[in-house]
Amino acid sequence: MVIDTKSSSDGLSSMEDEQRLAEFEARINRGEKIEPRDWMPEGYRKQLIRLIHIHANSEICGALPEGKWIPHAPTFKRKLALCAKVQDEVGHAQLLYRAAETLGPSREQMVEDLINGKSKFSNVFHYPSETWADVAIIAWLIDAAAIINQTMMAEGSYGPYARALKRICYEEAFHMKHGYEMCVVLARGTKKQFDMLQDALNRWWNPIMMFHGPADKVSTHTNLLVRWKIKLKTNDEQRQQFLRQFVPKMFDLGLKIPDENLRYEEKTNTWHYTEPDWDEFKRVVCGGGPLSNERIATRRMAHEDGLWVREALAACAANRPVPMPPAN
Amino acid sequence: MKSIESFNDLDDMTRTAVVDLLYRLGDDALVMGHRDSEWTGLAPILEEDIAFSSMAQDEIGHAHVYYQMLHELGEPDPDTIAFGRKPKEWKCAALVCVPNNRDWAFCIMRKFLFDSAELVRLAALTNNSLVPLAQLARKLKGEKNFHLMHDRLWVTRLGQAVKASQDRMQRALDQAYPLAMGLFESTGTDEVLAQKNICPREADLMKEWESAIIPVLTEAGLQIDANAQPVLGGRTGKHPEALGELLNSMQLVYNIDPSAKW
Repeated sequence: MVIDTKSSSDGLSSMEDEQRLAEFEARINRGEKIEPRDWMPEGYRKQLIRLIHIHANSEICGALPEGKWIPHAPTFKRKLALCAKVQDEVGHAQLLYRAAETLGPSREQMVEDLINGKSKFSNVFHYPSETWADVAIIAWLIDAAAIINQTMMAEGSYGPYARALKRICYEEAFHMKHGYEMCVVLARGTKKQFDMLQDALNRWWNPIMMFHGPADKVSTHTNLLVRWKIKLKTNDEQRQQFLRQFVPKMFDLGLKIPDENLRYEEKTNTWHYTEPDWDEFKRVVCGGGPLSNERIATRRMAHEDGLWVREALAACAANRPVPMPPAN
Repeated sequence: MKSIESFNDLDDMTRTAVVDLLYRLGDDALVMGHRDSEWTGLAPILEEDIAFSSMAQDEIGHAHVYYQMLHELGEPDPDTIAFGRKPKEWKCAALVCVPNNRDWAFCIMRKFLFDSAELVRLAALTNNSLVPLAQLARKLKGEKNFHLMHDRLWVTRLGQAVKASQDRMQRALDQAYPLAMGLFESTGTDEVLAQKNICPREADLMKEWESAIIPVLTEAGLQIDANAQPVLGGRTGKHPEALGELLNSMQLVYNIDPSAKW
């Protein structure tokens, strides 16, 4: 399914009832949740499908750069924690595809769109995870950035998405602690370990600064999303929150942030930074990132390899349910 | 027979036999868990991705407790055992070493044969005379039961679904069965463990395993090759090249600096 995001600017068609729209927006303004069977403007449905679909795709594509390091995890503790963390991410994808299904598209359709390059996933997962320290930076800072975005979205107006996000954020908070602890160990370890960590931060800083999306002045979706309480903070507000919370912690670990324009303005409680290259962002999320093709090819390979299993399952379901065998 | 309350009560010969048994159990579990974890992000459906990851964590956790027990018996700490040994020092069976090769039929069949074998062994160990090992077996048996419920469901479902899936599962069984027979390779410690009522003889365990798996395979429409010969050598450190490759991958980061804290 191709998600049409090019509907009219307010997402309304001439056929839709202005009265129903007014009631819908009044419900949202009263803080009520919109549920799957409630009336909603087509634009609201489309924006939500777009966002939840991208979010779900990001969870399964995000499992790849971290999953790659599970076989290399250097201790029992790390191997178990990383395996559990990546398992959570796949579980989030499952929850999110389920939430998106309440709005129309099936999981199968959404996965097909992902592997055919018709839908997007988060910019950060288009980049390679080159060393063990990348796993630490991803788990700490990307999960931290995701928590800022998702705790905000969890207060949003669409019930199934908000509820899924509350569960997801709970788990992401553990991931962030696990990532931070890994960063602390590397930062306080040998020089080689510290250098690995600094190198990882150097490579990940720009993708992380782009994580919350284009600057407000160029973002095309933000106004509509804020009006319908799908999103409660702008991209720049989220970025500032991330910087306020995490730059001091990075400094505490002795890390150098690779932006010579980064400075804090006390009066406005604002961080100034070099504006990310939004052309790069657009290029990357549209499939022009260093590993965009590889990520999609891996997902396609897994999907195609598993086709015989899904066909067998469908045949089973059509014939008769197979009961759970008794426990020993 | 009298219970052996603690490892301190073991005579030297029995102690050596118990160490050998724990290495076999721990190495099988860790390599199996490693293989299961390699499915993360790649399984045929999201639900199985999650299931394989859970089972991987259980296996890795089991290996950790077996190695912890070895540490109590004077062996190195669990991380050194896992990340600091060369292939010839490992005692896992060839079954768990085989790479996944993106072959889900083989992997689910391997899990079924492996978990069935483990459950037979753990059930025997729950009543063994070495008290700490019996306590541990009771704990692990519960988790293994869940694994086996999962595997049996899939083996029957895929065996019965359509001709194409049954053919794949039969090929998987033909490949995995001789390897799984190697789980019961007898080592020099067999007799001591049996005499001390710690673990039954491998040949006896294998008979029990066969009676446990045949009804499930029959229900699935699958047949064991009556002429299958066990693939041996794993218990004495003779492994396929795949184990060396797996260990290179597993020990990659650890070997950057084995003395560092990671």
